[in-house]
Amino acid sequence: MNDQGVATILETSQPATAAKGPVKLAVHNLSISYGGTPALVGVDLEIHENEIFGIIGPANSGKTSFLKALNRMDMFNPAMQVAGDILFNGTNIRQWRNVYALRRRIGVVFPLPVGLPMTVYDNVALAPRLSGVNRKADLDDIVERCLRRAALWDEVKDRLDSLGSLLSGGQQQRLTIARALSQDPELLMLDEFSIAVDPVTTMRIEDVLKELRTEMTIILVTNLTQQARRLADRTAFFLTGSCVEIGDTEALFTGNVQDTRTADYIAGRFG
Amino acid sequence: MLFLIMTALLILPVLIILATLIYKGGPAISWEFLFDDPREGMTAGGIFPALVGTIWLVAVALLVSVPLGVAAALYLSEFAPDNWFTRFINLCIINLAGVPSIVHALFGVGAFVLFFGFGTSILAASLTLAIMTLPIVIVATRESLQAVPLAFREACWNMGATRWQTIHRVVLPNAVSGILTGVILEVSRTTGETAPIMFTGAAFFLPFLPTSVFDQTMAMSLHLFVISTQVPGVPDHLPYGVALVLIAMVLTMNAASIGLRMYLRGKKKW
Ligand SMILES: Nc1ncnc2c1ncn2[C@@H]1O[C@H](COP(=O)(O)OP(=O)(O)OP(=O)(O)O)[C@@H](O)[C@H]1O
Ligand SMILES: [Mg+2]
Repeated sequence: MNDQGVATILETSQPATAAKGPVKLAVHNLSISYGGTPALVGVDLEIHENEIFGIIGPANSGKTSFLKALNRMDMFNPAMQVAGDILFNGTNIRQWRNVYALRRRIGVVFPLPVGLPMTVYDNVALAPRLSGVNRKADLDDIVERCLRRAALWDEVKDRLDSLGSLLSGGQQQRLTIARALSQDPELLMLDEFSIAVDPVTTMRIEDVLKELRTEMTIILVTNLTQQARRLADRTAFFLTGSCVEIGDTEALFTGNVQDTRTADYIAGRFG
Repeated sequence: MLFLIMTALLILPVLIILATLIYKGGPAISWEFLFDDPREGMTAGGIFPALVGTIWLVAVALLVSVPLGVAAALYLSEFAPDNWFTRFINLCIINLAGVPSIVHALFGVGAFVLFFGFGTSILAASLTLAIMTLPIVIVATRESLQAVPLAFREACWNMGATRWQTIHRVVLPNAVSGILTGVILEVSRTTGETAPIMFTGAAFFLPFLPTSVFDQTMAMSLHLFVISTQVPGVPDHLPYGVALVLIAMVLTMNAASIGLRMYLRGKKKW
């Protein structure tokens, strides 16, 4: 079979997918356990450049653990064991000589906002400073650009010197997003970012994410299935530690599923 | 109501001690008392050498125990794996805190005066004090480090910060108030100790100021012990005066510690 044939088959088997970029992240047979108790078993998936990849699933399905494995946060938790291969830009992340450089390319936003106990400005300038940017003018630029993108600039531009941890919950969450963007990441992982954010702000951040997808790859873990539908090109459904199904978001949401549990979850019949 | 009475009972001894000291020792306090040498076989004159000596002893002890204690606490809180060895170290620290000061004194004689050959000197005495108060610094520092939420550390790690960068940028700045409180507590404890220094570096009577850490020195606590029990014919107000100055030093440190804690808590950032 020639290359042409393979391409045709791929296209016909996944008809709704738009032209895909190269593979940004490939996960092979990934399993995660905590002190011997499995949290995620045998996940295989590929995420393409400039794609928004949604992950949905009920509590305890292993979504957060999945994200933690991707930027090697298991290093800080001796109980967390990760098996399998994760390839970022084609290189196994275990072979990255400098994990810190890897983490700098991956921005993370966790569900509960963490405004670090320093000024708003310093919160956003921290990551650039860690990687050696020290000129005031450069930092000013980065801080303003990231805060604008996180839809926070207008609210904090007059109080950049006040403490980040004193902002409201929703503002802190956007601060966390600005901080993640300040790393200029290739991959942005958001874990239920809208838990602490009001609906209006959520919509504004969603708009920002749609713009960002031209520059980076995004993994969006969400409890709100409709959010996945609005944003994600493809969506994976995790259930009690395994990846049940991966498909084009529209297909999943229009009932075109391989596993009935996916349809049940999307329809809100459990979870 | 019961609790109120019990609280009052706690305050009572402190008030009585203070009142007695002020009443009996107050008249002894004067410019001359603070800044003069003891005279006439310590039955008259001032306490200046002892005052200076105590400051030397405390300062040198801090110089040793603070860096050592903070480093140890950083290791225990931020780096040490949770294994039998770490638990063993923690057990040792608890035990070190429970060792009576006279035992520390004997250890100081054996280790610093004789084995290391420092002789009876400020260095030997301060090292003994440092070892004795190390647990205070370690425990206070470790607790304030652990009070910094894990989420802050994780946020930093996620940005690609190394452990050291995280400690330097986020953990230490937020733990510094607790560490300072521990240090001040250590100072006030060190100021009053007598046993650990009397065999290792504090002199009975030595009306000269020390010029280096290898000199012996007088110290407030030992001086108080000496003039109240060892020297005949000391007028009553003298020991009370010394005690009053000693207590004032300790209380000032404690007040500073409380003030600092309140100030830093007011600035608390989360
Ligand atoms: N640090 C940890 N130590 C031990 N077990 C953990 C740890 N973190 C997660 N787990 C376990 O791993 C499993 C998966 O948890 P995970 O946080 O990945 O789920 P999740 O899909 O993100 O859930 P949620 O939607 O509630 O955030 C759970 O059973 C959880 O108890
Ligand atoms: Mg989660």
